Amino acid sequence: MASVAREWREIPGRYNTVGTKCGACGKIYFPARSLCPKCRRASVGKMERYDISEEGEVYTFSVVHDAPDANMRMKPYAVGMVKTTDGVLLTGQIVDIDPHRIEIGMPVRTVLRKIYEDGESGVIHYGFKFVPKW
Amino acid sequence: MREVAVIGVGMTKFGELWDSSFRDIGLKAGMLAIEDAGLSGDEIDGMFIGNMASGRFIDQHHIGALIADYSGMASNHVPATRVEAGGASGGMAFRQGVMAVASGMHDMVIVGGAEKMTDVDDPSSNAIIDSTADQQWESSMGATMASLHAMIAKRCIHEGMATREEIAAVSVNSHANAVDNPNAQFRRATKIESVIRSSAVAEPLGMFDCAPISDGAAAVVLCPLEDAKKHTDKPVKVAAVSQASDTLALFQRNSILSFAATRVAAERAYARAGISAKDVSVAEVHDNYTISGILAAQDLGLFKKGEAGKAFLEGVTLTGGKMPINTSGGLKAQGHPIGATGVAQIVELTHQMRGTADKRQIAKPRYGLAQNVGGTGSAVTVSILEAI
Ligand SMILES: [Zn+2]
Repeated sequence: MASVAREWREIPGRYNTVGTKCGACGKIYFPARSLCPKCRRASVGKMERYDISEEGEVYTFSVVHDAPDANMRMKPYAVGMVKTTDGVLLTGQIVDIDPHRIEIGMPVRTVLRKIYEDGESGVIHYGFKFVPKW
Repeated sequence: MREVAVIGVGMTKFGELWDSSFRDIGLKAGMLAIEDAGLSGDEIDGMFIGNMASGRFIDQHHIGALIADYSGMASNHVPATRVEAGGASGGMAFRQGVMAVASGMHDMVIVGGAEKMTDVDDPSSNAIIDSTADQQWESSMGATMASLHAMIAKRCIHEGMATREEIAAVSVNSHANAVDNPNAQFRRATKIESVIRSSAVAEPLGMFDCAPISDGAAAVVLCPLEDAKKHTDKPVKVAAVSQASDTLALFQRNSILSFAATRVAAERAYARAGISAKDVSVAEVHDNYTISGILAAQDLGLFKKGEAGKAFLEGVTLTGGKMPINTSGGLKAQGHPIGATGVAQIVELTHQMRGTADKRQIAKPRYGLAQNVGGTGSAVTVSILEAI
């Protein structure tokens, strides 16, 4: 079971898709990084907070039938890679739609939802999911 | 640097080995390799062991010491080092062993790979496999290892790089080849329709698109090429061992239709061996999922982009075909005891290069290539063996 601190320190990224933008080359990263992998030393102290766009479209997805019980998700569920309007790819569940009606290119937006629970008395993990942008 | 040779190989049967423990299988593969090399065991001065997750599969960390102890190597105080790189643990252990001999630090090294996966239930096993993706930003968000590969497959189909039938053909190829491998977990052929109709795991992939959960171990003995003839009439030269890294998470790549780490590791290996992809006689590739086989065949340069699927579908990659891939049965049909997989690839290629692959033997082998992958292409090793 994960500690509360492990969950808490990731809240900006998990709840609000906060990433970083490299002040040296302008590349946007999600999750946030303290070093730009391209600029390395030249990016030190220049990584700025960047709020990733909440709008995007489905780049690819899968309907998952077989997943570890620990996740306690309703099966089947859809997981996708979404390309935001910033050009950043994110991975998360696609909800509020019949999984078999999802299509590549479908417009979606990010929302905050419950992701999973560490058992009945454990930490409840929240994070972003994608919903259709009707 | 010294040239290095493989002088002995051994492996256990892969599968659900209910009556064997981790210690049993690790010891058996090592004994078989030492016997094959014609050694007593006292000549060994270094050990490298590929193992992904014994800490979670059998609650045992520190397995370098465990294997050194139970194989009798600890009585000579032989150094034992465990190597972990997700699915590439075995290939990486092999590379460490080759580097140790090439550098002159060691003169006789045994490289083992072992995984005992069936001591936990299947969901636990899959959760452990999922942890080789980015736990924080992929696995815990609901992306399983199978679904990450399924998303690659979905996009490949969308962009016309492969059809569903072509992707399924990778499984058909591995199963057909495994029929002649006595160590394989599944020794029966399958059909395209059976793969496509198999129960859904992560759409579009079904159960027959995914490598099984397996127990097993494999081992190889390495020494300087100049000493190899003292031990065997049929040494096999290690022409190259290369390794490349990429982002841990799949979504951070420029492209998910190709594994850049495979391309780069292959370029480095071909340059070191002084050959090109067209010189490869036989390849063992990491088909943990069918789509991985398509990507591998293209990224290694064995087929052009968009043409690997057709080759699998038309049987070009069968043991008797023009470009044999996974004559062992690959991960899909020989089995995938994770840490053992990369070492088992070297065992198969050594048999091919020696001409001792029995019914799986290909004609006139010269170069054999092994590709071993960790995560979704986050770490890749490419090794090339040469018949001499
Ligand atoms: Zn930068």
